[in-house]
Amino acid sequence: MINSTNKFLPWMKEKIKAFGLPRIIIALFLLFLFIVAPFVQVNIAQSLSDVLARFGMNAIMVLAMVPMIHSGCGLNFGLPLGIIAGLLGGTIAIELNFVGPASFYMAILLATPFAILFGWGYGKLLNRVKGSEMMIATYVGFSSVAFMCIMWIILPYHSPTMVWGFQGQGLRTTISTEGFYLHVLNDFLSINIGHLTIPVGMILFFAVFAFGMWAFLHTKTGTAMTAVGSNAVFAKASGININKIRILSVILSTWLGAIGILVYQQSFGFIQLYMGPFFMALPAVSAILIGGASVNKATITNVIVGTFLFQGILTMTPSVMNSAIQTDMSEVIRIIVSNGMILYALTRKTEGQN
Amino acid sequence: MKENKVPLLEMQNISKDFFGNKVLSDINFTLKEGEILGLVGENGAGKSTLMKILFGMDVIQETGGYGGKVIIDGQEVHFTTPLDALDLGIGMVHQEFSLLPDFTAAENIMLNREPQNKNFVSEFFGDRMNTIDFEALNDSAKVAINRLGVKLDYNMPVSQMPVGHKQFTEIARELSKEGTSDGGNPIKLLVLDEPTAVLSEQEADMLLSSMRNLSKTGIAIIFISHRLQEIIDVCDTMMVMRDGKIIKTTPVEGVKVADIANWMVGRNVDTKIEHRIFDYSKVENVMKIENLWVDMPGEVVRDVSLNVKKGEILGIGGMAGQGKLGIPNGVMGLYPAGGKISFKGTSLALNSPRALLDAGIAFVSEDRRGVGLLLDETLEWNISFTAMQIKNKYLKYYLKNLIAWRDQDAIKKATNEFVKQLEIKCTSTKQKAKELSGGNQQKICLAKAFAVEPKMLFVSEPTRGIDIGAKSLVLKALRNYNEKLGTTIVMISSELEELRSICDRIAIVTDGKINGILPASRPSADFGLLMVGEKVEE
Repeated sequence: MINSTNKFLPWMKEKIKAFGLPRIIIALFLLFLFIVAPFVQVNIAQSLSDVLARFGMNAIMVLAMVPMIHSGCGLNFGLPLGIIAGLLGGTIAIELNFVGPASFYMAILLATPFAILFGWGYGKLLNRVKGSEMMIATYVGFSSVAFMCIMWIILPYHSPTMVWGFQGQGLRTTISTEGFYLHVLNDFLSINIGHLTIPVGMILFFAVFAFGMWAFLHTKTGTAMTAVGSNAVFAKASGININKIRILSVILSTWLGAIGILVYQQSFGFIQLYMGPFFMALPAVSAILIGGASVNKATITNVIVGTFLFQGILTMTPSVMNSAIQTDMSEVIRIIVSNGMILYALTRKTEGQN
Repeated sequence: MKENKVPLLEMQNISKDFFGNKVLSDINFTLKEGEILGLVGENGAGKSTLMKILFGMDVIQETGGYGGKVIIDGQEVHFTTPLDALDLGIGMVHQEFSLLPDFTAAENIMLNREPQNKNFVSEFFGDRMNTIDFEALNDSAKVAINRLGVKLDYNMPVSQMPVGHKQFTEIARELSKEGTSDGGNPIKLLVLDEPTAVLSEQEADMLLSSMRNLSKTGIAIIFISHRLQEIIDVCDTMMVMRDGKIIKTTPVEGVKVADIANWMVGRNVDTKIEHRIFDYSKVENVMKIENLWVDMPGEVVRDVSLNVKKGEILGIGGMAGQGKLGIPNGVMGLYPAGGKISFKGTSLALNSPRALLDAGIAFVSEDRRGVGLLLDETLEWNISFTAMQIKNKYLKYYLKNLIAWRDQDAIKKATNEFVKQLEIKCTSTKQKAKELSGGNQQKICLAKAFAVEPKMLFVSEPTRGIDIGAKSLVLKALRNYNEKLGTTIVMISSELEELRSICDRIAIVTDGKINGILPASRPSADFGLLMVGEKVEE
């Protein structure tokens, strides 16, 4: 007996270390919320459905962090740029009168050239500021949002579902996706068991992209990308064109951001323009950090675990707390929890250590 | 000077090892008041370590202290911080300047020991609120500068000074430390670590004459320099170090530069070396380097022209900072370079690592951790990466070559072979590169280069910082590779004996140029002369 505990303890320690203590604590807290939920009249099945839905909505935007982390560009705080590409794709698809699932696929198709173009320019910029990518990225995100605030008004959109009714021009701040791509993935192959809804389609959609990313990182180019992030001089000495690889990673990240926001909208039900993309980078950044990624290392597992924990806490805390203290504070709690998580995650970020 | 007087400094049986790697042993010497002691030796001979022990630098304590005794004025001392050494009147001028660029010379000289005026506020809030007495400060600085006997504007900000004046400022600062700190002694012993390396000839002469002045006032000086003529000009005694030992202590009178060079590189080793006879008669050039310049900080190459013969092992040696490291780094495109390179008759683009690698030229960098390795990745990645990217090795193809997939099995197999071949000590091929010892990391770097199957290989400082056992293994691996596959190897090293033991010819670089190329069988003294800038007949 003593022998077995002797073996068990180091083994356990090893496992805990591998998974990461912070993740275990957060997971235990999430578990605790689920256990407490029934006692304060929160429906577990309903909550679980929410968590799964939010996981599906956000996972691709978290996945968008991976390529830039691998190429050493750090966390993509410039995600709003990718989101803007997605918004352009979505609004143009609607403008062109595509409806139903077709509008979703057209949105992705139309967003792609924008994402490539934006990503290319963004990547060029980041190549000039090696070493302080993350700060520059933040401002790229912010300033692109500000710029688009002007453009959303000026761009010649005419679709009556999108423009301001009284003026006939300029896009509205929120546009409903109803009749276009609302719930195209949520409803696809979704399984309903009582209150529990599992959005299999949406999760499958994410799985396809996650697999694609995993596979990409196993190719020759993907290997080069990881090496660039791990030691750029090493990669250079091995004949890799560092700048090219970095631009490729930024384009990939921007493109995933564009697709991510489209998936988000089809579930959420609205396209949020103007200041909508402004703070979208932070939850994604936090999720991947909570998932155990560092500034220059990230895996698909980090994405899945991180998104699930982050969105889980974000969904469960307000509803459980709300019911527990019998007042409607959900919005306040949501803000405190989400920003608290972001703060926590950012302090967790580990720089590459030699 | 009276001979019966207690020596100012005495070191007895000083020894030091870094984690079992012996860097100093049996160091014994004494230094009298007013004596100038020249300390010479190749890079890595142990000069700096010895000085660090004298100063009680933290790094000595952190790595387990030292053996032996340091005796000052007849009393054994054991410094734990450089401040202790300062209190006893030992000053040091470092190779790198530690000056505040925007402060004037006087302010730098008196830094943290400024004369102060009490004022109304400081009566209440303590000495931190004292104002600085600039007049007294300038006066003290002037005194120090005068003692040094040089012309130096005390009011000039350091950032505007020529290099030489910065050096003087630094020395004046040490001189001015006369019991101004609590219980401190006036300066008695000054260590100058290569003070003339950055000076022009005139400035160096000025410095040498002020050193003589100082010694007349009774200050002892330990003078470290690579310029052997200076040692002969200014020192009373000189000490030659090699491989952590004192090889020779002698009065400088009658000593010639050639003698010192001889002692430095160590002629005793000559007998042990068996030189390979390489037949140059029928060999053509494999690489032609013409008028190469490289902008590598600290290792600038000015104008190098060099022919590398097919199948030979060519050594490139020289003192640190003369540009020998710049040559491979420039050729391989890691630092901006210009000139012409041709390989097997076709000219190659400079500043493009890819072009060189594609032509079949590989490079093992002297900067293992910075350039040579992916520290955070597995050994498998480290060894296979370059070959995968350049030669498309270790790849599987899917969808009609559209997808090039990393072949984990092939990588593992290759890595295991290298681990066996080069006797790399590791727990598994999945171990991270940063967890290996220096010697094994170096072997990984070699394996990485071997995996590319190069036609020509640049190896830079392959044995730096690794223990003797690993050293001979690495050198043997290089020789084997050269003999088995006919790969031309250019090896750059600071250790002449190492070059002589493995190379066929050795080129010596001084001041960014090739000063001469000699067969490795020539006596080391010849190379020693080349290193210090003299010419030697071929």
